[in-house]
Amino acid sequence: MTGAFKAAGALTDTGPDVPVGEATARPGYFGEFGGQFVPEVLMPALQELEVGYSAAQMDAKFQAEYARLARSFSGRPTPLYEALRLSDALGLRVFLKREDLAHTGAHKINNALGQAMLAARMGKRRVIAETGAGQHGVATATACAMLGLECVVYMGADDVLRQALNVERMRLLGAEVRIVDSGTRTLKDAINEAMRDWVTSPRTTFYVLGSAVGPHPYPTLVRDFQAVIGREARSQLLDETGRLPEAVVACVGGGSNAIGIFAPFVDDASVRLVGIEAGGRGRGTGEHAATLVAGQVGVLHGARSFVLQDKHGQIVGTHSVSAGLDYPGVGPEHSHLKGSGRAEYVAVDDEAALAAFRQLSRLEGIIPALEPAHALAYLPKLATRLGPGALVVVNLSGRGDKDLATYREATGDEQ
Amino acid sequence: MSDRPDRLAATFTRLRSADEVGLFPYLTAGFPDRATCRDLLDTMALSGADGLELGLPFSDPLADGATLQRANAHALGQGVVLADAFELAASVRERHALPIVLMSYLNPLFAHGLQRLAQDAAAAGVDGIIVPDLPFEESMPFERACTAAGVHLIRMVAPTTGAERLTAIGARASGFVYCVALVGTTGARPALAPELPRFLAAARRAIQTPLVVGFGISTPGHVAALVGHADGAIVASALADLIERTDARELLPTVADFVRELKAATRPSSPLPTH
Repeated sequence: MTGAFKAAGALTDTGPDVPVGEATARPGYFGEFGGQFVPEVLMPALQELEVGYSAAQMDAKFQAEYARLARSFSGRPTPLYEALRLSDALGLRVFLKREDLAHTGAHKINNALGQAMLAARMGKRRVIAETGAGQHGVATATACAMLGLECVVYMGADDVLRQALNVERMRLLGAEVRIVDSGTRTLKDAINEAMRDWVTSPRTTFYVLGSAVGPHPYPTLVRDFQAVIGREARSQLLDETGRLPEAVVACVGGGSNAIGIFAPFVDDASVRLVGIEAGGRGRGTGEHAATLVAGQVGVLHGARSFVLQDKHGQIVGTHSVSAGLDYPGVGPEHSHLKGSGRAEYVAVDDEAALAAFRQLSRLEGIIPALEPAHALAYLPKLATRLGPGALVVVNLSGRGDKDLATYREATGDEQ
Repeated sequence: MSDRPDRLAATFTRLRSADEVGLFPYLTAGFPDRATCRDLLDTMALSGADGLELGLPFSDPLADGATLQRANAHALGQGVVLADAFELAASVRERHALPIVLMSYLNPLFAHGLQRLAQDAAAAGVDGIIVPDLPFEESMPFERACTAAGVHLIRMVAPTTGAERLTAIGARASGFVYCVALVGTTGARPALAPELPRFLAAARRAIQTPLVVGFGISTPGHVAALVGHADGAIVASALADLIERTDARELLPTVADFVRELKAATRPSSPLPTH
């Protein structure tokens, strides 16, 4: 664990005059990553959120209600499915954690439901959210409809085009979708606009952040709501096979599905945790979103973490065939897991993800979202590394209906 | 602090003895282009500005409204980087003694290295640094770097900042405290926020350091309304709007007139302009 907790000062490059460990006592840091780098106007709102979340955690009634809705509304627990034909093709024993079967078609509902309930408990009747692929937007719109909350979702103009189905779903669910035309017109700028909205209305508005990014307490809060994925998967696998897997694999954009499935396995030292980033058109092209693989430490959207940036500290444009992974930042806990060596992160390019998208559809009758298709695309390489028959759990974080147009356009495949 | 002259302290002493509000016009470095930006800074210094705020453009200015987002993107499009901002500051410093404050989001400063940043800023004649996404809790290492270099780290407070927090921030304030005039992003507004007087009164009770108000300060009338409530006013988006809509040939005299009008409103005896 070298490096894990040594450089805990928020900004550690100011030289030896900075006492090491100054910030360790502060919550919201994962080693040297995390923190609260937001305009002053939002600091009281973050503190209110911290207090509100702690109170909800200790409120047995809130917890019981969340458990009830997770079961009867979201459809938890989701199954752990042994993919036999895929396993045969790969020479691995592959289990898929079926978050695609959760209500709204992705793991995003776990967090959106939790945060929307928290909004209601804290007396905030207006909810805002950002969305990339549209899954978090749909999940938030869904939870808000069910709880009777007003919902505004910010979405980049490019993503509105490539995820049109999800835009229609959000509107049908009663949410207002605000199209973001600035900057990269994708998830990064949708988050900027959501933050600007929140800066304007922190007293009345609850920001339901969809990934394990942003200022403290969001990375912790999102991980806590998503960790149900890993807890279920771990116990389901133990029930079915009597042992732990060799590896747990998940795609990483901001990193919510990955941290959700990783967290309950972190203390199982024998289990490799493998995060798959979007390699886009390849690292050499600069057109990718492989933040942990190719980025440097910086500050974006309120947290110190790895960031894709130029040498002047400007955030650079990204590309991925998957809107949900098309983001130049990553959750601070992932940066910490990389730094400590507890998890490893690799990149898979668009083409491999598209091939895996088709492969799972054909072999297992499951159309995955393009995001977890990246995780699936790494399995052949993992098979070579782990050897035949290794037991692997993949977080199948969402379903792929939303991606059919992208797939057709990218491959020309009409079938 | 080093032996550098404290231009901010000297400026506020002078302003207080004259019962005036300081006028701090803001420009994004390299906006609308490098050469014009230099001429504009010079013009503003000659037209009554008490200090200048120079913004380093950033790709993700999340505290800024549409006007300054455009200015940021425009400057970045021309390849403006930190070295350009320092060059602009140094060129002002060659000709003028007024304080210069650098405004930048954290990441470009972080990429440069915070200690080096503070030293380079001091060398360029910069007197203070404002970092809108570096709140009090995260600021101690940078504060030390700034103090060692003889540059003020300017702290920010907002209408949402509670009384205890105002006191805590005031206790570590240096140079001046930037009072965000409204709950929102930057951008010209027709009127000041109704809660502004109460907020400034609370800030005044908690903070000894001079108070400078920014965000939404758009007209001479807004500036005049601050007399007796604050020590300075920052005018940013209204100026950028004016620059955007003014023909290049008319730009310098038009901006000079606007700055003179704003400055005239900072004096207690000035007749209240109607807009």
